[in-house]
This record gives sequence, structure tokens and C-alpha cells, in this order.
Amino acid sequence: MDEKKRNEAYNKYVNAKIPKTRPWPSLFNSFWIGGLICCLGQGINDLLLLWFPNMAEQTAWTYTLIALIFLASFLTGIGVYDRIGKFAGGGTIVPITGFSNSITSPALEFKHEGIIYGLCVKMFTIAGPVIVIGIVSSILVGLVYLFI
Amino acid sequence: MAKNQTVKFKNKPVIIGSYSIVGPKEGQGNFGEYFDYVMKSDSFGEKTYEKAERKMIQHAIIGAIEKAKIKPTDVDLLLAGDLLNQIISSSYAARDFNFSYLGLFGACSTMAESLAVGASLVDGKLFDHVVCSTASHFSTAERQFRFPLELGNQRPPTAQWTVTGAGACVLAPKGHGPRITMATFGRVVDYGINDVNDMGAAMAPAAMDTLLCHFRDSNTTPDDYDLIVTGDLGKLGSEILIDLMEDQGIKLGLNYNDCGQMYYTRKQATLSGGSGCGCSATVLNSFIMKKLRDGSYKKVLFAPTGALLSTTATQQGDTIPGVCHAIVIESGEE
Amino acid sequence: MYYLWVFLIGGLICAIGELLIIKTNITSARILVTFVLVGVLLEAFGIFDPISEFAKAGINVPIVGFGASLAKGAIGAVKARGLVGAFTGGLEATAAGIAAAVGFAFLFGLIFHSKTKK
Repeated sequence: MDEKKRNEAYNKYVNAKIPKTRPWPSLFNSFWIGGLICCLGQGINDLLLLWFPNMAEQTAWTYTLIALIFLASFLTGIGVYDRIGKFAGGGTIVPITGFSNSITSPALEFKHEGIIYGLCVKMFTIAGPVIVIGIVSSILVGLVYLFI
Repeated sequence: MAKNQTVKFKNKPVIIGSYSIVGPKEGQGNFGEYFDYVMKSDSFGEKTYEKAERKMIQHAIIGAIEKAKIKPTDVDLLLAGDLLNQIISSSYAARDFNFSYLGLFGACSTMAESLAVGASLVDGKLFDHVVCSTASHFSTAERQFRFPLELGNQRPPTAQWTVTGAGACVLAPKGHGPRITMATFGRVVDYGINDVNDMGAAMAPAAMDTLLCHFRDSNTTPDDYDLIVTGDLGKLGSEILIDLMEDQGIKLGLNYNDCGQMYYTRKQATLSGGSGCGCSATVLNSFIMKKLRDGSYKKVLFAPTGALLSTTATQQGDTIPGVCHAIVIESGEE
Repeated sequence: MYYLWVFLIGGLICAIGELLIIKTNITSARILVTFVLVGVLLEAFGIFDPISEFAKAGINVPIVGFGASLAKGAIGAVKARGLVGAFTGGLEATAAGIAAAVGFAFLFGLIFHSKTKK
């Protein structure tokens, strides 16, 4: 038996052997925690508009995002966010709070390599691609709209 | 014709002292009572976890030398390795000692690799006292191979938990203690697994290869051993190894187990079990050594595996090569 | 009552993310990239706003909303200022989010340390 066939057969065997977890509990957890984070955002937004009736809707929305990002960053700092994340999975990765967590966590982790080469450089190890892909695709969308 | 990969030692080097140090989580695991020292915190009083890992190796080396009842000046050579890039934990730890140093990289198989090399050198009467040591640390391994600690991600069921711990032992040509009688030097084996969260499956073929060579070269069967133990295949990996060996016509029975699988209690939720250099090193230098010394075990086959991957190679799409070194340790005088 | 929609849509988007993680074992960086791209595409094809009407924070808090803002900014700026808008619009619209994430990460990175997982 040649090596390639052997490896394919082995990979197939291993995949069948991997314990299958029931997806429903983790899907349910990410559903309700994710939903709750969104409700929290809506709540902050509505309170801002209630307290500052003159505030533009767009401005209130921006403050809401900043508040959520602050909260996630702080919870990451005190070591709580990863514990919720272990439980909630997608529920804490997909919201903007997950984006904040993915920037703060490497900043904490690599601070020992110095402010510049550790904290600042490594800050984008996880979120970097998000910003790059986001910006590149927005440029493309802008260019497309220019010509239609 | 298969090549002989097994060395039989004429003078049977003796393990005259052994020492293990682990983190708090490991101290609460299944081997908790056997360890020489359980740290109160993972940082071991140091500013970074890398420095803590280094200090653990130093602590283990000094502990092993003391338990061997020799002086540090009696030591001729240190053989050590770890998981970090450029094996900094071992090399930087060796900086503070006044003996020759050989850095080894066998990933999680390093304890067996260093003992196999050390036993060869002592058996050949080239050195009198050789110290073998290795360590791993959960937090340093996570940041190098996986993600920042505070990232809110989930671990797949095949993932393992890197053991925070270090083990060391002293080899001498004569004295009291368990003896190393054989060593099988493993080949690098790759069956095309590329999932970094499934190390057990990547390393099991290497374990199979080395065990087959060992049984063939030494004319032994699994029944000749009181314990056959792999390092950190974990729950899934050791099940795979049992299947692979059965396909080759060798049945691993109840005397087979895996350090990683046994390491943590069910409540500690480490999924597929422990891993890392420290996993097999701390179990060997605590539980297994004790059982060999009190005679509960007469003959042990210690065969930890190592996954020889780097993040660069993985990101470039390479599969994960594994290696496994095996040593036979026998109890009793002469 | 619209909180129910916020909860349901937000939860659903997160659950889809979790499903992707379970089925394909992808890392959180790829999850985030995927959802940002989905947001950009939804906005580009004009599907985002109708959903946002009733889902509100349910689709704006997930990173999908971040992608949509990028696209919306670029489109708006192109219409107002032409070519240069394609380059300025996206970042202008998301400047607050990125600045906040970087700023707080820097601040808390200075204050706190990583803790070992239990």
C-alpha cells in the first residue's frame, strides 16, 4: 500500500473515531447569550436616547458600540470574558464584543515582550485579518458603486 | 529487512534520583499525592510564565540531585529539552549550572529521548552522572501554539491540556534504584494528520512504529511488562494506538495506559487529557518511579510520543510528524 | 416588543457562528472575517437595511453590523465625493469602533495581566 493511500485511510479512520459531541447544548448557549448581548446593546441605545432626547440616532448608536467594546475589553482584562466564551462559544465571538476581546486578549498576553513589540504589534494577531478584509472589501464595494 | 533500532545496555545504568514538580491544577489531578512539589501558583513567583517554566526545570534538577545524594559538582552532563522555540527553558535553565549541557528536542517525547541518550552515554562509561530533565507549562504552550489565554474561544473535544510541570532524574553507572535496560530510538512517522487540535491521532502511528520495533528487536511481548505507558496520546490517541497495534497482530491489554489519559480527573474537564513534555516526565518521575522502587512494578516500558510540529509548518499546510522513543526500566538491584 | 426580534435575530446569528465552529473547526479569526464579509455583502446588495429595520441591535451588534457600516460608509462617500470616497468612506464610518477597540485594548493591556485558565 503506498503512503498516500495509507494516509487517506488513516484520516478517514480517525475522523470516524473522533467523539461526536451533541451540538444542541452549545448552539442553545450561543443563541441565548448572543441574543442577550444584542439586547444589552439595544438597551444601552434606548437609554441614551431617553436621557438625551436631542442626540442623533447615529451618535447614540456609536456610543452604544463604544460602550459594548469597553465592557468586553474590561471583562477581558479582569479575566472573565474567556470564561463566558468557553460556555457561550459563537455567542461571545460573533458580537462586536468578540472583536474587542480578540484585540484586548493578545495585548494582555504579549505585554511582557514590551509595549511596542509586544502589546502594540501583537494586538492585531487575531483581529488584523478582520480589519484588512473589512477595509479591502469596503474599497471594492465603493469602486463598484462608482461605476454603476 | 527492518533495521534494529533497539539498544541493550550491558551495564544497565541506574536512576539514582528523580524529582517532579507540578502546577496547582496538576496537584489536584490523579497523581497529586505522588509529586515531590506542587507549586502554589502557576507563575512560581516569576514575572512571566516562560521564566516560571525555566525555574521549574532548575528546581527539578536541584531536587533530583539532592535525592540522588550527590553534589552538584558530581554532575558531568545535563540533557534537557522543552517545547518552546529554541528550547529556551532548558538552555536558559542550564545557564545557572556549572555542568556540560546538551539541548534536545523531541517535543513531548523528550523525557524518553534524554534518558535513552543519557543511558547510552553512561552505559558506554563516558560519563558518571548524567541529569535528564524536561518541562512544559500550560500558559507558555498556549501562547506559542494556540491563542492568548484571555481569548473567549472553545476547545474541540479532541484538544488536550498542556501539563504545567517538570521532571528530572539522575543516571549513574551503579547505585540503588531502577535500571534502564533497553532503549528503542524511534523514527519520524507521519500519517498525514493536519489537525493541530488532534495530536493524539497524529502521534499514535509513531507510537505504533516504535512499539512494533521494540517488541521485534527485543523478542518481547506486551505480557512481559507490568506497565506499558505512552506519554500524551490522550484518550482518543491511546484508543487509536490499541486499534493500530491490533491490526498488526499485537494486543495491548490492561497493562497498557497513557499518562495524558490518566493525568486529570474527570471533573477537571480537560477533554482528551494531558499533554506536553511535563506530562510523561512528571508521571515517570513520581508515580512510576515509586512503583518501581517499592517493587510493585518489575518491568516498565516507557514510550512517550512527540509531535514535531511548528506553527510555521502547520500554517504552510504541512502535516504533523510524530516520533516515539521507548525505554525499558526494571526494578531491583542487579 | 421589538426586544424579542433583537434577541431572536441576534441569537440566531450567533448560533450560526457556533454551528460553523462545530462543523468546520474554524478559529475565531475566520469566524469574524466571514461575518464581516457577510455584512459587507448584505449592505452592498441592499438587504441589510430592511433587516435592520426590525432586528435593530440584533443585527448591528454582531460583527455583521461592522461589515455593513464599512460598506455603507464607502457607498455613501462614493456618491458624495466620487473616487476618493471608496478609500475614505469605510474607515470613516467605522472609525469609532476601531478606535475604541484599540484604545481600550491599549489601556487595559497596560493595567491587567493574562491569567492562567482553570
